[in-house]
Amino acid sequence: MPHSHALGPTRAAPHRPAPTAGPLARVVTLTGRCVRLSARNLDALLMSLALPVLLMLVFVYLFGGAITTGDPATSYVTYVVPGVLVLCSGYGAALTASTLNGDLRSGVVDRFRSMDVGGTALVGGHVLASLARNAAATAAVLLVALLLGFRPRASLGAALAAAVVLLCYVLALSWLAAVVGALVSTPEAAGAFGFVALFLPYPSSAFVPVETMPGWLHGFAGHQPVTSVIESLRALLLGAPAGASPWIALAWCAVLLALSVPLASLALARRHR
Amino acid sequence: MSEEAAIEVAGLLKSYGDTEVLRGIDLRVPAGGVHALLGPNGAGKTTTVRVLSTLSGPDGGVVRVAGHDVRRERAAVRRRISVTGQYAALDEQQTGRENLWTFGRLRGLGRRAARERAAELLGSFDLREAADRAVATYSGGMRRRLDIAAALTGGRPRVLFLDEPTTGLDPRSRRTTWGTVSELARQGVTVFLTTQYLEEADHLAGRVTLLDRGRIVAEGTPAELKRRVAARRLELTAVSPTAHQELRRRLDVAPLHDDPHGLRLSVATDGTAAAVRGLLDRLDPTADLLARFDVLDASLDDVFLALTGRATRPAGTRPKETGHAA
Ligand SMILES: Nc1ncnc2c1ncn2[C@@H]1O[C@H](COP(=O)(O)OP(=O)(O)O)[C@@H](O)[C@H]1O
Ligand SMILES: [Mg+2]
Repeated sequence: MPHSHALGPTRAAPHRPAPTAGPLARVVTLTGRCVRLSARNLDALLMSLALPVLLMLVFVYLFGGAITTGDPATSYVTYVVPGVLVLCSGYGAALTASTLNGDLRSGVVDRFRSMDVGGTALVGGHVLASLARNAAATAAVLLVALLLGFRPRASLGAALAAAVVLLCYVLALSWLAAVVGALVSTPEAAGAFGFVALFLPYPSSAFVPVETMPGWLHGFAGHQPVTSVIESLRALLLGAPAGASPWIALAWCAVLLALSVPLASLALARRHR
Repeated sequence: MSEEAAIEVAGLLKSYGDTEVLRGIDLRVPAGGVHALLGPNGAGKTTTVRVLSTLSGPDGGVVRVAGHDVRRERAAVRRRISVTGQYAALDEQQTGRENLWTFGRLRGLGRRAARERAAELLGSFDLREAADRAVATYSGGMRRRLDIAAALTGGRPRVLFLDEPTTGLDPRSRRTTWGTVSELARQGVTVFLTTQYLEEADHLAGRVTLLDRGRIVAEGTPAELKRRVAARRLELTAVSPTAHQELRRRLDVAPLHDDPHGLRLSVATDGTAAAVRGLLDRLDPTADLLARFDVLDASLDDVFLALTGRATRPAGTRPKETGHAA
C-alpha cells in the first residue's frame, strides 16, 4: 500500500505543470537507455562482436590465399580491413531498424509521446546508441586485424579523417535504418534491412578489386556509396593519396542524411495519426 | 481553477479506416475525484483514453483536457497529464529503477532529482526489493505498480489516465491498485480510469460513464445509475429445461435476464419477503419447478443490461450474494 506522503512530489506544489526536458537532456537520456538495452541484448551483442572476428578470419585465411590485390606491397589483410570495417558497421547500423521498430511496437513510445518527447529525439537516441555500438565493433575489427598482421601506415591526421568518414557512414546508414524501422510493422521486415546492409559492400572494391568483376557491374560497383567509403578508408589507412574519395563519401552521407532525417520523422508522425 | 472541468469533450469522433470507433462522445469530468469509463471489450475505452491523452488525434469534435485543447495545445496538455496504458509501457530489460530514472529525466528532472524521485516511488509502490532487477522478472502486479509509478515521475499530474488498471491482476494486487487510485484522488489528482469491472467502478468512482460501441449510454453516480433499474434482482434457477420453459411462460413481466443454458431467469423485485414469496407462489405453486433462488443487489451489470440489452460478461459469472435453497 503506497504511503500517502510519497505519491506526490517532495518539493513541488500540487499540479504544477511538469517541467520539460531540454532537447539535449532528452537525447542524452534516450541514448543512455538505448545503450543499456543494447548491452543487455546478448544475441545482438555477441553477433556484433563475433561477426568482425569471424569475417576477418574468413577473408584472411579462407579467401586471402586465392585473392591478389594487384599491389605486392599490400598484404590481403591490409587490403581487406576497410571492407570488413564497412561490412560490420553496415550490420551494426542496420540493427537500428530493429531497435527502433521494437520500441514502436511496445507501449514505451506512447509513454514518451505523452511526455512530449518527439520522434526526432527518439531516433537520435537510437542512432547515437548505434554509433556507440559501432565504435565497439570497430575496435574489435582493428584489434583482430592487428593480430593478423594488419599494419596501417596512416598519419594521425589521416587516421582521424578515416574515423570521420566511418562515423558519417554509420550515422547516415543508422538514420536510413531508422526510416526502415519506422515504416515497417514486423520485426522480420526490420531485420531484413540488415541483410541489405550486409550485402551492399560485396559489389564494391571492399573485398576484391572492381576490375575483376564482370563488366556490367563496374558502373554500380565503382560508384555506389560504399565504394567511396571503402576507397577513402583504404587510402587514408594505408597512407596513400585519397584524392576526392573522402569528399565523395561525405557527400553521399550528407545526401543520405538529408533524406533520412525528415523521412524518419515523417514516418513516425504518420504512424501516430 | 476549481470551476474548470478537468475534461471536456463535445462530439468526439474517431475512426480507424472504415471502422467508426467513437461515434459522437460528449463528456464533462469535473476536476477532482475518480471518473470511470465503463464498457465491455471493444466499446472504445482505449481509443477514448488515447484521444484524451493526446496519443491519437480526434477526427471530429472538441476535446479539452486540463484546460487546453488536445489538438491545438498538445504540449500544454502533455505537461499536465500522465497516462498508464492498457499494456505496460516499460522496458523489460531495464531495472525498475532505471525505468523510473529514464522517465524522470525525460520529464525534465535533473540527474539527482530523477534519482531521488525514482527511489521515492519505488518505496511508496512497494518495489524497493525489486528495484534493481530487470522488469522482465516482475510479476503482473509488480509491473502494474511500476507502470503507475512511472506516470508519477514528473510529480502529481492534474489528470491521470489509467486504462484498465486492474485487468489481469489477482485480487490482492487489485486492492492495492484501488488503494493507490483513491489516495491519488485524495491528493487532488483527477483520475480518469477505464474498466470492464462494474464492481470496480462502483467501488472507486464518484461518477461513471457507460460506453457501448462508441456511444455513451448512461452517465451518473453509481447510485443514480442503480436507481434506473430495480433495487434488487431475484434470480431463479429451474430444475430442468422443461421447468425453465414453464417458469418463463408463467412470468407475466419480461425477465431482466434469461439464460436457458444455466436454467436461470432474473426478475426485478424490491426484495421484500412478501413480494418474493408472492412471486414464488405464483410461478411455482406446486414447488417442483424451482431448484433455488437468489436475491441480489442490483449491480452496475444490471444497469448495463437494462440500458443496452446486452450483458457485459457471459451469464453465470455473477457473484452470488444471498442464496437460498428453494
Ligand atoms: N489501431 C486500430 N486500428 C483499427 N481498429 C482499431 C484500432 N484500435 C482499436 N480499433 C477497434 O476499435 C474498437 C474499439 O477498440 P478499443 O478502443 O481498444 O476498445 P476497448 O478498449 O473498449 O476494448 C475495436 O473494435 C477495435 O477493433
Ligand atoms: Mg482497451
